[in-house]
Amino acid sequence: MSPATLLLTALSSLAVNKLRAGLTLLGIVIGITAVITLMAIGQGVQQSITQRIESLGTNLLFVRPGESNQGGVFGGQGSASTLTMEDAIAIQDPVFTPSVAAVAPELSTTGQIVAGRSNTSTRVYGVTPEYLKARNFDLSSGEFVTPGHVDSASLVAVLGSEVADTLFGNREPTGQTVRINGRQFEVIGVLESKGGNRFFSLDDQVLVPITTAHHRLSSQRTAQGAFNVQTINVQVADLDRMDSAIREVATVLRLRHRITGEDDFSITSQQETIETLQETTGTFVVFLGAIASISLLVGGIGIMNIMLVSVTERTREIGIRKAMGAKHRDILLQFVAEATLLSLGGGGVGVLTGILLSWALNGRSLLGGQPTQTVFSGEVAVMALAVSAGIGLFFGIYPAMRAARLHPIEALRSE
Amino acid sequence: MDVGMIELREVTKTYRMGSVDVHALRGVSLTVDRGEMVAIMGPSGSGKSTLMNIIGCLDVPSSGAFILDGEDVGNLGDGRLAEIRNQKTGFVFQTYNLLPRLTAQANVELPLLYGNYGSSGNRRRLAEQALERVGLGDRVHHRPPELSGGQQQRVGIARALVKNPSLLLADEPTGNLDSQSSEEIVALLQELNEEEGLTVVIVTHEPDIAASTRRVIVTRDGLVIQDEPNDDPRRANPFGGPQEE
Ligand SMILES: Nc1ncnc2c1ncn2[C@@H]1O[C@H](COP(=O)(O)OP(=O)(O)OP(=O)(O)O)[C@@H](O)[C@H]1O
Ligand SMILES: [Mg+2]
Repeated sequence: MSPATLLLTALSSLAVNKLRAGLTLLGIVIGITAVITLMAIGQGVQQSITQRIESLGTNLLFVRPGESNQGGVFGGQGSASTLTMEDAIAIQDPVFTPSVAAVAPELSTTGQIVAGRSNTSTRVYGVTPEYLKARNFDLSSGEFVTPGHVDSASLVAVLGSEVADTLFGNREPTGQTVRINGRQFEVIGVLESKGGNRFFSLDDQVLVPITTAHHRLSSQRTAQGAFNVQTINVQVADLDRMDSAIREVATVLRLRHRITGEDDFSITSQQETIETLQETTGTFVVFLGAIASISLLVGGIGIMNIMLVSVTERTREIGIRKAMGAKHRDILLQFVAEATLLSLGGGGVGVLTGILLSWALNGRSLLGGQPTQTVFSGEVAVMALAVSAGIGLFFGIYPAMRAARLHPIEALRSE
Repeated sequence: MDVGMIELREVTKTYRMGSVDVHALRGVSLTVDRGEMVAIMGPSGSGKSTLMNIIGCLDVPSSGAFILDGEDVGNLGDGRLAEIRNQKTGFVFQTYNLLPRLTAQANVELPLLYGNYGSSGNRRRLAEQALERVGLGDRVHHRPPELSGGQQQRVGIARALVKNPSLLLADEPTGNLDSQSSEEIVALLQELNEEEGLTVVIVTHEPDIAASTRRVIVTRDGLVIQDEPNDDPRRANPFGGPQEE
């Protein structure tokens, strides 16, 4: 039987019972719509997280204490205290590190911030003036930490926009005073919001001069009395020079730390952070898809059920076709074609409704209250179609085999 | 001497019904030559249909040899049997066995879908020719429910003829028809036999029809009990009653 004839035969068989075909189709439509929509939401979340991190600058390196082979960007690092303020200054030397544009060491502690009767608990970062540029922040009001503030370990603070909101509401925070861990600080500026979601916010932080953090808020010192820092943010002159920057910084630190064996620091790039995060969120997207696939499975079972009914009802037709010379394979193909048409048709409609639904949900608040962009990808659509065709094949093959195996005489005798 | 079209040697067919064996055929041997027209008669349950199904390659014997048109059918697989059904034998059923949703033409085209019969245009042409041959040129686009019993059986015959088989098998083709339509159908089969040299085997309960063939085989309890030439076959008469030669 030619493919065209096969298709026509299958179509006309399905057309006999349109309502039944439609309802069977619906099972797959719902499944595929769910997959497409959930994947679009998942990919949207993934994209917005990635974009937010990228908004901090992509040509960024993070130098942290600990070994670089400890795996995971967030795992195990920062525990040892091997990086010092002197390391940060050394990295800044253009003779040894020509690829480095700016260096911004930071020292982080948690703090209880009080303003009048409002208070909040958040991370407090000790930073240098370079921090603003290296991490791509802007000020919405006031000024940033100056070299003078660092030199004199001034009690000044720059508030993240969320902290400013919590403490001062609509009032202007600049010029006000806050208490951080009991000490009085003057608010000199407020950072522009970077946005974020409940998993990941860049606006919930307070910045103070690094010397202030060291002397007034934290009491970490090395055995030699050196000035410890937790992370050194290194801004690289441009993206093409990331690798040379890593090499230069590593060389300087190895010399300074007199390292012959394993490094006591790690250097990760923003790119790696993004990749790791994408891996994590990718798993989340796949998980969403997998949940949606359960409804596809149900749809597939629906197809199998209907095909089994159809084989029973059409036993006589099968007998007639066999008597006319249809082979085992001809009957098998006919029923598989019907099942595949059903599932592929459902898949096609499902992709369309999925696209419509993702489009309708675009920009609405779905997860964590923040508006979520939905990202529809052609790949997912093609995959969904392939999967629905596969479902037709998988769930159609058994009923088709039952049809093909019927004995012509016995089939003809059935009523 | 002509080559045998059908050759059966000691063919048996046994059905198992639970723990009981039903012997539908107990050892049938017979030969039908090319171009013959044979009637098979016998009481109900004597194995006529079983025999026809085996000759039509719709079923296989339990034992014995069956040679169809020089090919030993006993050892063939499903695929080849389907090919033989598709190319060599045309089968006409008592209950017509048409697909009710398809037009007469599509029904007649059905066997052509399962073999190499050219383009869809060619297949349509063959189907129309076959329908014209059985006198239904004006009913091509009717569906079986819109046709009389006799007309439906003509569609059935056209479907058997369309692939130009060498053997036409008809199992009680007039069993569901009135005498007028019966006569017409038998006259058509006779015509095909005489004018186109088609080998025809017809199962019937009606002595009138049997009397119109040159050879009558009688079965009973799964055995051939009589196989005689009919030297003076009476021509089937569409208007009933004996006809002057
Ligand atoms: N599939 C089957 N399973 C069991 N027994 C069967 C089967 N088919 C036929 N038989 C038995 O085989 C015997 C012959 O049946 P067959 O249909 O060949 O008779 P027949 O001569 O065609 O009868 P009729 O004139 O009523 O059509 C009968 O006893 C019947 O019950
Ligand atoms: Mg019978």
